[in-house]
Formats: sequence, C-alpha cells, structure tokens
Amino acid sequence: MSSSLLTDAVPNPGGSGSKPAQSFLDVRDLRIHFKTDDGIVKAVDGLTFQLERGQTLGIVGESGSGKSVTSLGILGLHRRGSAQISGEVWLDGEELIGAAPERVRLLRGNKMSMIFQDPLTAMHPYYTIGAQIIEAYRVHHKVSKSEAKKRAIEMLDRVGIPQPQRRVDDYPHQFSGGMRQRAMIAMSLVNNPELLIADEPTTALDVTVQAQILDLIRDLQSEFNSAVIIITHDLGVVAEVADDILVMYGGKCVEQTTAEAIFRRPEHPYAWGLLSSMPRVDREVRDRLVPIKGNPPSLINLPSGCSFHPRCPYVQRNGIPCKTVEPTLAEGTPEHGVACHIPPAERNAIFKSDIAPNL
Amino acid sequence: MINYILRRLVTAALLIVAVSMVTFAIFFLIPKAAHADPAEMYVGKSATPRDVEATRVKLGLDKPIYIQYTKFVKGLVVGRDYNSGPTVTHCSAPCFGYSFRTDREVWPLLLDRLPVTISLAIGAALMWLIGGVAGGVISALRRGKFSDRAVMVLALAGVSLPVYFTGLVFQSLFVHEWKIFKGGEYINFVDDPLGWANKLFLAWVSLALLFAANYARLTRATMLETLGEDYIRTARAKGLKERVVVGKHAMRAVLTPIVTIFGLDLGTLLGGAILTERVFSLPGIGKLSVDAVTQKDLPIILGATLFASFFIVMANLIVDLLYAVIDPRVRLS
Repeated sequence: MSSSLLTDAVPNPGGSGSKPAQSFLDVRDLRIHFKTDDGIVKAVDGLTFQLERGQTLGIVGESGSGKSVTSLGILGLHRRGSAQISGEVWLDGEELIGAAPERVRLLRGNKMSMIFQDPLTAMHPYYTIGAQIIEAYRVHHKVSKSEAKKRAIEMLDRVGIPQPQRRVDDYPHQFSGGMRQRAMIAMSLVNNPELLIADEPTTALDVTVQAQILDLIRDLQSEFNSAVIIITHDLGVVAEVADDILVMYGGKCVEQTTAEAIFRRPEHPYAWGLLSSMPRVDREVRDRLVPIKGNPPSLINLPSGCSFHPRCPYVQRNGIPCKTVEPTLAEGTPEHGVACHIPPAERNAIFKSDIAPNL
Repeated sequence: MINYILRRLVTAALLIVAVSMVTFAIFFLIPKAAHADPAEMYVGKSATPRDVEATRVKLGLDKPIYIQYTKFVKGLVVGRDYNSGPTVTHCSAPCFGYSFRTDREVWPLLLDRLPVTISLAIGAALMWLIGGVAGGVISALRRGKFSDRAVMVLALAGVSLPVYFTGLVFQSLFVHEWKIFKGGEYINFVDDPLGWANKLFLAWVSLALLFAANYARLTRATMLETLGEDYIRTARAKGLKERVVVGKHAMRAVLTPIVTIFGLDLGTLLGGAILTERVFSLPGIGKLSVDAVTQKDLPIILGATLFASFFIVMANLIVDLLYAVIDPRVRLS
C-alpha cells in the first residue's frame, strides 16, 4: 500500500502557511462547524488523512458521524454563510479551503467529482439523462452540443447502459434504480476526475446491483488511475473496494488503517461494534447480531473525553481516563491509528477473547 | 402524449357542456322558483298580459326547460330564428339571444367588450408575473435579509389592499393631483397604442399588485424548497455557476406551480375583472355583467357567465398541456 497513513496524525499547527503536501489528496485538521439556534454543530472536528492516485479510501461510520459533511467540504459545497470551515485540503498541490470559490467551482465536477447516494433525487427530474451529462461536460469543455452528446453516449456505454444512443434521451424516471446510478456515475466521470468521491453509492440499490456498481467504480478507477473515496456505513462495501479505511465517530476519526487490518484486527471498540453488527451470510446463524448500544452522540454537545465512552462496554477499565481525556490516533501505531485509551496489549486481548469468536 | 391531449380535450368539452347546463338551469329555473317571469322582465312593467304572452312564445319560454336548453344550445352552434308571428329575426351562431334591455344580440356585445378585458388582463398579468416571480426569487436567495423582509412586507400590503382602494388612490394621485396619467375614455390599441397604455397603466398596476403578492410568496416558498433538493446539490457539484444553478435548474421546478396558478388567474380575469373595470371605468366584460345584473338582463348575464367559464376551462386545459411540457413525468401517466 502506497498511501502514507498518519504521517500527520497530530494536527498541523502551521495553518495555511504550511507547505503543500506530497500526497495527491491531503486533508489536514479539517473542521466543519455549523452555527444553529441550539449551539455549534461540530459535524467534522479535526480530520486528517491522505490519499494517493489509484488508491481507494473507505470512510465508515454511522449516520451523523460527519462522513458526508467531509466530502461536501472537500468539494466546497457548503454555504460559506452557515458553515465555518477551517483546516486545509490539498488537492494535487493546491489548497482548496482558502481558495477563491470560483477556483474551486472550476475544479468541481472536473478534477474532483462526486457520486451521490440516491440517484432518483440527485438527478434533475425535468431534464433528460443526456442533457444532464452534456451539461456536466460542457461546463468544463468548450465543445459543441453534438460533440458533448457523443461523449455522453460514450460514457453511458462505458458504464454499461444498453442502447445508449436511445437511452440518452430518456428521463431519470424512465431508468431503473441501478441504471440511474450508472447514469449518475457516467455523469460524475464524464470529465475524467482525478478524485472521485462516492457518497453511499450503493445504499439505495438492491444487493445484486450493488456488486455491479462497485465493480464498475473499481474498473473505472483502475482505468483512469483516480483516487477514490467511498463513504458508507456498510463495512461489506469497503471490504470489497477500499485500500485504506477511516472510521469516523462523532465528527472525528477513531481508527485509521488498511482495509485488511480493520477486518483482521480492529482495535477501536466502536469498530468492534460495527463489525459485530454486520450480518454474515457465510456463517451459521447462531446468535443475534450484536448491536452497538445507545445512539450516536449529539454533535452539539459531545461527551467529554472519548466521545464513544457512553456506549463503550470497556469504559474505564483499570482507571483509564476515558471520561476526561480525549484520546488521539497516536494511541495506536503510525500504520494503525486508534483513538482509544485502552493499552494496545489489552485491546488485543479483548479482541481475541470477546470479539473475534463472535464475528 | 397524443392520448393525454385527447383525454384533456374531451374532459374540457364535457366540462363546458356541464357548465352550460348548470348556468342555464340557474338563470331560467330560479326566476321561476321565485315567481318572477323572464318574459315579464323582458317587456317591462307597463306591458299588457297579451304582450307578455307573445314575448313568452317568441322567446320559447312557454316550452319545458329541456326544450329551451336544446334550443339554446342549437342557437349557440348553428344560430336560431325567433318567430314572433309576422316577423322572423335570425340570430346567427353563436347565438346567446337578445338583450332584454337594448334588443341587441348578446354575442356582438360580448365581442365588443372583449378587447378591453383582454388588454387589462394581459397587461396586468405580465406585470404581476414578472414582478411577483422576480420578487420571490430575490426574497428566497436573500432569505432573512433586509430585501427578503421588504419584499414580503410589500407582498402582504399588496394582497391586503383591495383594488377599489389602490385604484382610487392611484387615480386621485396620478391622474387628478399630479396629472401624470390621463383619465377619460378607454382608447383602442389600434387607434392609439400610447393612449391605450396610458389609460390602462394604473389599472394594470392596481390589479397586478393584488396578484403579484401571491406569486412572490409562492415563488419564495417553492424556491426555498427547491434549493434544498438533492438535484440542486448535484448541479453545484458539477461545477455549474450559481447563476445557472438557480436560473436554470431551480427555476425549472419553481415554474410548475407558477404556471398552474397563472393559467387559472388569467382565465378568471378574461371573464371580466369586475372591480377593476368599474373603478377605472373600463367598458370590459366585467362592467357589462355588472350592468346586466342591475338591469336584470338575463341573456347578457347568461352569456357573460358562459363566456367566463369558457375561459376558465380553456385556461385549465392549457395549464394541463403546459404541465406535460414542463414536467416529463406527467406525459407517461
């Protein structure tokens, strides 16, 4: 794996004066806060990660853990008025958070693009699929409509839509769910983006189509050598496609490592919870799935110390300061960051005795 | 799509037939129930019973109601002859009968008044459509800011102030006090376009204020809702300029409800804007109907009512067809 995880686990204090990163995508201490009447919602609070071309990063977490907010933040899709954004996002040596909105707009849909969760609501119901893809292409390319249409048909063909010449003039409601997601992917890829963010790309689809869509994203990625971020709450999805995994909880990263490691030896109790609540078809149905107790935390009023502590079954063993001191990813190793106060040896022991047998 | 149009056309035709039946029943059955005699209304109080009887026969009022209705419809379609013994008067199609008061055919009377009503309606409609939608969009984009509040206060004022207030105030200020606009008789567009606009301008503004308020509020609400849609986020994610996102992607969705109420409002107004026409003494269909009511001139009331309902049904039809143009999802169902 070429992506250098955790070279920068400690928030960079340098601010915007710091040097451009070596990685293709380098997110440093990203914070996205929203002012509301009830207080400040810290949707993303100090997120740091790197991603190289050709690599896939899976961001995993419950609803409200800040996954989608992160991706919209990278693309600059938050309204400046309501969202307070700080930190740095370096894309191919260019910083985006402090950049002019017009500059980010030119990159959006072009160098970096996004696949949205529900293609029925994410595509405009009043325009044909073709018109929407043509529009996406022509924003960033000075070409005629007929050339753009040729490109749209080519893209529809590329994502596996049969009879693309005919279907290009169909409206989104005339497509099935899986076809619509393919069309959405065609639209996102029409400008050969170098960074592709897929926000729950398969959640709205049935299982048989899910695998096809993931295959498609993987194929296209290897073809264009793009960097891909897959956002999901489904560990099964990331197991299939991701090289690295970032587990988010309450707007922060709690575990960051390779996809292989997260399944072989996950270290954070929250990751254990996610794995234990994942249904497995390759096993006998002996027991019920083990859910994570409680609800996701309020992002306005995060629990003190480790924000997972109210739901953590191993809280305050041996007087560990779970409730008072906030753990950082440095509690793990540079290759496997874990924001948990339980000593590594003990984490290992708990996993082996309590968790692994039930997975 | 052809199927859809055909179905809508048939529905519209049936609706007009139904409306004509109901209107006819109201105007010829209710006087009967109230022991008022249309024939007596026609000839006036000083007439002899023989005159009344002759008129009853001439107008066919002695026949049962369904025969009267059939004759009425026949008159509308192919014209009708009124036989009063020695003389036969022919009323060519579409025949709405003769005015009780002036003995003139109703249809030419209506046609005469129509240009005035159309001038008033179209001019006002353009004003409120442009003003209302623009106000609503500005309001939505600058939500919570001063311009939003200003537009909404204006809208509240506009919808609360009746035409007989704004119209009179405007006239007294702009015509009598400051002499910016001329009062006086209505001028035909073909005779003097500038004079026509001059005479109508204040009427347009008064009427437009009333409607623009609703359009501004509807536009604002729909725009705010639309801007929260996923496909608007997608449009931004494509890298489109904000102008295109709002002006093309969002406006397309905002148009749907606007087109609906615009069609209906315009249709209603083409049947006559009673208050505005009276306040600005415009000789339109609204004024004709009001005068007819005060003079108990049944054929004109019946004619004007059917005329107005025809416009409303047509407006509905056009809105339905436009819907299919705007929203591709309608075409399938």
